[in-house]
Amino acid sequence: MHEESQNPRIVLVGNPNVGKSVLFNVLTGSYTMVSNYPGTSVEVSSGRCRIEGRSYEVLDTPGMYSLMPITEEERVARKILLTDRPDVLLHVVDARNIERMLPMTLQLIEAGLPVILVVNILDEAERLGMHFDLAQLQKNLGIPVVGTVMKRRQGLDELQQAIAACKEPTASFEPYAVDLETDIARLASLLTGDYPLGTRATAILLMQKDAEVEEMVRAEEGDGFPLIAPVLREIQFARRADLNLQISLERKRMTRKMLDGALQQDEDEHPSFGEMLSRWAMSPISGVPILLLVLYFGLYQFVGNFGAGTLVDFLEGVLFEKYINPAVIGFLHNLTDIYWLRELLAGEYGLWTLGVRYAIALVLPIVGTFFLIFSLLEDTGYFPRLAMLVDRLFKQIGLSGRAVIPMVLGFGCDTMATMVTRTLETRRERVIATVLLALAIPCSAQLGVILGLLSIVPGALMVWLVVMIGIFLLIGFLSARVLPGENPVFYMEIPPMRLPQLRNVMVKTLTRMQSYFLEILPLFLIASIILWAGKMSGVLDLVVKGMTPVVTAIGLPPDASAAFIFGFFRRDFGAAGLYDLQTAGLLNPAQLTVAAVTLTLFVPCIAQFLMMKKERGLKTSLLIFVFVSVLAFATGWALNTFLLATGILS
Amino acid sequence: MEKLSPHAEEILESLWIATVEEDEVGCLLSDLDLGDEDAALNELVRLAYVETRADRLYLRKEGRPEAEMTVRRHRLAERLMMDILDIQGEKGNDQACEFEHLLHEGVDTKICTLLNHPITCPHGKPIPPGPCCEEARKKGEPGVVPLTELKAGQSGEIAYLAISDAQKMQKLMSMGVLPGNRLVLVQRFPSYVFKVGHSQFAVDDVLAREIHIRDER
Repeated sequence: MHEESQNPRIVLVGNPNVGKSVLFNVLTGSYTMVSNYPGTSVEVSSGRCRIEGRSYEVLDTPGMYSLMPITEEERVARKILLTDRPDVLLHVVDARNIERMLPMTLQLIEAGLPVILVVNILDEAERLGMHFDLAQLQKNLGIPVVGTVMKRRQGLDELQQAIAACKEPTASFEPYAVDLETDIARLASLLTGDYPLGTRATAILLMQKDAEVEEMVRAEEGDGFPLIAPVLREIQFARRADLNLQISLERKRMTRKMLDGALQQDEDEHPSFGEMLSRWAMSPISGVPILLLVLYFGLYQFVGNFGAGTLVDFLEGVLFEKYINPAVIGFLHNLTDIYWLRELLAGEYGLWTLGVRYAIALVLPIVGTFFLIFSLLEDTGYFPRLAMLVDRLFKQIGLSGRAVIPMVLGFGCDTMATMVTRTLETRRERVIATVLLALAIPCSAQLGVILGLLSIVPGALMVWLVVMIGIFLLIGFLSARVLPGENPVFYMEIPPMRLPQLRNVMVKTLTRMQSYFLEILPLFLIASIILWAGKMSGVLDLVVKGMTPVVTAIGLPPDASAAFIFGFFRRDFGAAGLYDLQTAGLLNPAQLTVAAVTLTLFVPCIAQFLMMKKERGLKTSLLIFVFVSVLAFATGWALNTFLLATGILS
Repeated sequence: MEKLSPHAEEILESLWIATVEEDEVGCLLSDLDLGDEDAALNELVRLAYVETRADRLYLRKEGRPEAEMTVRRHRLAERLMMDILDIQGEKGNDQACEFEHLLHEGVDTKICTLLNHPITCPHGKPIPPGPCCEEARKKGEPGVVPLTELKAGQSGEIAYLAISDAQKMQKLMSMGVLPGNRLVLVQRFPSYVFKVGHSQFAVDDVLAREIHIRDER
């Protein structure tokens, strides 16, 4: 009756970047995010597959480096091993780095888990001059070993056969040094409970001061724990200096033994084109020009000119203005002649005219082109290289190179980027990143409109750029000094550069666009309703009037107030409001620049604010909100004064 | 040789740094906060280690070896405080200033050997080598140096990891950065990039300083 829960369970584990997600997709046929950036898949995906007429449930876990978790992702992955008791455990390793990944295989065997070793990416390893004898490795390890190239579905049949034939493991493992074995045996013999990882592995993790495992043992042993604790503390103290190191070295020794006769390495190694490209991307001399090229072609030309220019012109100017709008507005007007309803549907701030049109014709093409570029770069493995390139600079603003991902993502959507700041290590780093995202990183929708606006006026773009970079660095620099705490330490694995897989890139882009669209369309509609209600009741006029003194103080026409009010509903709304002012000829070049700068700095959109509240708490986000608003207008005022005094741009 | 007073040692130290490392011509007495009739200064003048002309103080050739050794003792003391005793920042500096004056009669040699003949202080300044360092080099003992001392393209075996944060250490070890593994330094700037096996890693200078390599030069 309970067939659902009786399906045997396959769990995938392994380092980040070994092709786990690809294997998952090949096995289940469904899609999860495949990422070339270490540790981005925080969520666990599950799916189903049928092998030899039998149904299996398949779980993909976040990347983990060893059974002893350090990061949140690893904790999630291990939790699955601790609670789920897999029927088949696939340990996926990168053949090129088998030597550093086998220690985890040994750990899994030690834990008595039903492991199958999947040696993936065999093709690239062979290109590096590595020759495997997997039959020998299988003999040495005593568990099934399958070689695969999952990208091309090579080895899938063998893997499925191995899964179907998977049996209860027979406990056999390599012993550690005698003294270590004595301690393990002493501790393991005291454990009476039922442990998913077996008493041996549990004892080792206890000795390594794994807090979670200790909690589990405390709960499992109950009254027996006080008997175990003194022995445990005694062993921990005696081995306080070098237990982890000794265990790592022992496992390394075992790994060598396992690979004996199973792996041969050719001596000479030619740097491949990918490797050359990787060096260029990492060297500051060529890396900075490459970054500028990526920014120029990716962001400016493709997102700015093509997305925000050509595509928007077509969708907005041709498709909507000429064909869709007249028909729809006419239809809506025929529907009713009640004034307020007409306004709500197709008026100035109507659901159709403002909400749907902006979302589809103005924002979607820009965000879509940005996500395409972002996914493409992500798939090549460029971001870890960018991270190491900017780490030194980012340290000055209290961040580490890791923060480059949320920062770059912020140029697409600040709300998403704010969510991603949770991958940063310290609270201090997360707060600084949140402030900078709220302040100085314009999202692609806003960026597209602003680039379009400012490119009309020579020099305006340069002024805007200088102010933005200046504020970004200055505020980062100051907050790094004001906020208490140490600078973060930077370490990161640099995965090999890869040719992006078209299918991967497309699916990632579409997934991101879909989640963005689902998030924004309701907000656009809500914003339309609020603005409509404000207009109908006259509240909007009052708020706009209330803003007017501030807006005129920075030298802008009173009409610009509306753009700032809209700006809070979506950042790009505000920018688009400016666009209307500009086309109406209400702004001179200096005013346009001041307005663009102030608006870029001004409060994040409502969605970003809600995300800030969720991630950082109400108090911190309110503080950031006030700080950003004050700073935006102060900067606008200063810039206006400066531009008037110097006569630049006039 | 008579033992200098701590104050005299400090004068020598500042003078040596100014003359040798900063290429200045002597030091203004006022910069060192010295009057004409300073006891420590007189002590140095009497030994002919330094001479004063007008209001400038000069390091004499005779004073150089002693001055160099005071700098060496100071920087060794800093290494000891910060690396081994883990006293960081201002406090580490202050303690090192006190401690350096105790490093006489072979104690500096012992500490230098304990620290495996370090070549830079925690602030990255060179530590003048003592006789023990020369001897160790002659015997061909492979030096153990932090990753920061390697040039791009050089390789060596990982000797040990001196990473204070146990979790970071664990993480590096699980990524294959393990004593005994061969490491090739690919790049030094803007971050340290190294290869172990077929994997590449980037670390900042803080971590790079804590990865120690058996140098094969």
